[in-house]
Amino acid sequence: MSTQGASAERLARFAVSPARRRKDRLARTFILAGTVIALIPLALIVYYLLRKGLGAWSTSFFTTDPTGNTFFGGSSIGGIKSAILGTIEIVALASVIAVPIGIGVAVWLVEYGRGSWFAQTVRFFVDVLTGVPSIVFGLFVYIVLVVGTGSTYAGYKGSIALSLLMLPVVIRSAEVILLLVPGALRESALALGAPRWRVIFSIVLPTALPGMVTGVLLAVARAAGETAPLLFTAAATLKTNFNLGGFMNSLPVQIYKDVTSPTTAVVNRAWGAALTLVVMILLLNLIARLIARRSRLA
Amino acid sequence: MTPDGRTSEVTDVDPEGQSEIERQQQYSDEPVSGQGPLRITGSGTVSPPAPTSTSLEAKPGLTVKLEQLRAFYGEAEQVKGIDLEFNANEVTAIIGPSGCGKSTMVRCINRMHEEIPGARAEGRVLLENLDVYDPSVDIVAVRRAIGMVFQKPNPFPTMSIFDNVAAGPRLSSRRRGDLRAKVEAALRGAGLWDEVADRLDEPGAGLSGGQQQRLCIARSLAVEPEVILMDEPCSALDPIATLKIEELIEQLKQRVTIVIVTHNMQQAARVADRTAFMLGGELVEVGPTQEIFTKPNDSRTEEYVTGKFG
Repeated sequence: MSTQGASAERLARFAVSPARRRKDRLARTFILAGTVIALIPLALIVYYLLRKGLGAWSTSFFTTDPTGNTFFGGSSIGGIKSAILGTIEIVALASVIAVPIGIGVAVWLVEYGRGSWFAQTVRFFVDVLTGVPSIVFGLFVYIVLVVGTGSTYAGYKGSIALSLLMLPVVIRSAEVILLLVPGALRESALALGAPRWRVIFSIVLPTALPGMVTGVLLAVARAAGETAPLLFTAAATLKTNFNLGGFMNSLPVQIYKDVTSPTTAVVNRAWGAALTLVVMILLLNLIARLIARRSRLA
Repeated sequence: MTPDGRTSEVTDVDPEGQSEIERQQQYSDEPVSGQGPLRITGSGTVSPPAPTSTSLEAKPGLTVKLEQLRAFYGEAEQVKGIDLEFNANEVTAIIGPSGCGKSTMVRCINRMHEEIPGARAEGRVLLENLDVYDPSVDIVAVRRAIGMVFQKPNPFPTMSIFDNVAAGPRLSSRRRGDLRAKVEAALRGAGLWDEVADRLDEPGAGLSGGQQQRLCIARSLAVEPEVILMDEPCSALDPIATLKIEELIEQLKQRVTIVIVTHNMQQAARVADRTAFMLGGELVEVGPTQEIFTKPNDSRTEEYVTGKFG
């Protein structure tokens, strides 16, 4: 044991220097400021959506189709029923197309393709696809299925355009999640004498499910908000339509058309529709999360 | 804390082992819903239960024989021509320094080696007289006959205790028979039944490390294999959990052939009937455990078991 003076000297180096304290405070301030700045637009969006959108909401807003009569304003313009149902139908069909194919591709990439040149090529093109602007998908479907067949717009053509948009998002997110499933789980299932396809269906996919649901939701949310791929594939209409072979209204297209209107009531309807779209995606998120949580033990 | 909630200040292993046995005796008299459970008595022998189709000791273990077994990762030869026989219903320990090819060799026995991209094996692995590498042999059937327990306990995280054990019969799409009885028999065989009987629906991942490893053993027992490969099954476990697994191995060899890879030479000495020493992908020596540890023929074996290298 040394004397008290010596030990105080030896302990001095453990004291935090004022300069270090200042730097720490500065760094913390910057990070906090960055977070706040990033949150400002988000808060503003939510604020304006609620303020302007809630005003447009009423029972008839959800239960009537748009009338197309915009000159007199007020209640004569109608609601957005056809747009809500159209979006649900189009996006549902798009998901039915994109999710199984996307997860299938991801399973192949992770479980079978691995590092093969073909898998690398697929991965590369999926990445390219992720960066393709959404209007290009709309244009593609327009050229192939509308002009190419000499026919006209239809809801299912919009679904196909959206499914193309969703596909790379689904593939990439599912692939990342599948890669997270520990190899030891696959091995121990294989060692039990399970065929590979059963290992994938019974062990790998259930383990990856909660993560994949999140990825699929991202894709659905992105697709539900897209206007460009729908403009010249599903077009727009006023009447509620349950036939995916016909013209179909959708929330983004409805919003797009409403905000360009000179009538205030119609612009307000766009706000109401925008809020509706956000709430729908939020609800979908919550439901899917609940399902994913329940499916996983503990 | 140990799996069953006792504090782990036990330094002498004997009292712990005793209480384990006492506990099993105590529970073995209880009537159980499933028919024909395995009764494991204190002496470590398995007393024959009422004969049922689900009893685990229906068939004895099988002999495994390696003939000029070579294993490669890409171009690198990790196992360099091994001839070795694992006798039925015996425990054979594989010892050797890290990277000597122990695990690779063992993984060749149930053809798990080839699951690694770029890996392949040459030579023959005979299960009795059947070459498991013969093109006409169903790889899935091989893995049902030769079970495996891995280094880290890895119960399926999405499944309950029951489902984990039932996974084998379910996944291998064989005729399932009475699944409940099978699960109970497997859990009893793994010495886990008494600890989990009242919470079979809880997630397997919620058990302690040692219990998880015994769950994994139960999982492989449920497929009713004739051989079980254990790749350092205790290296992630505390001494008390290790002891339980070792006691279990002693009992399991009544009905299966066991190959155990271990870094722990005391463990090899405790559980193995025969011990094989590997070095640099080659088999240096194999013999009765007693001999390997007391009067080995090869000087390298002696140096390794006396701790001069490795």
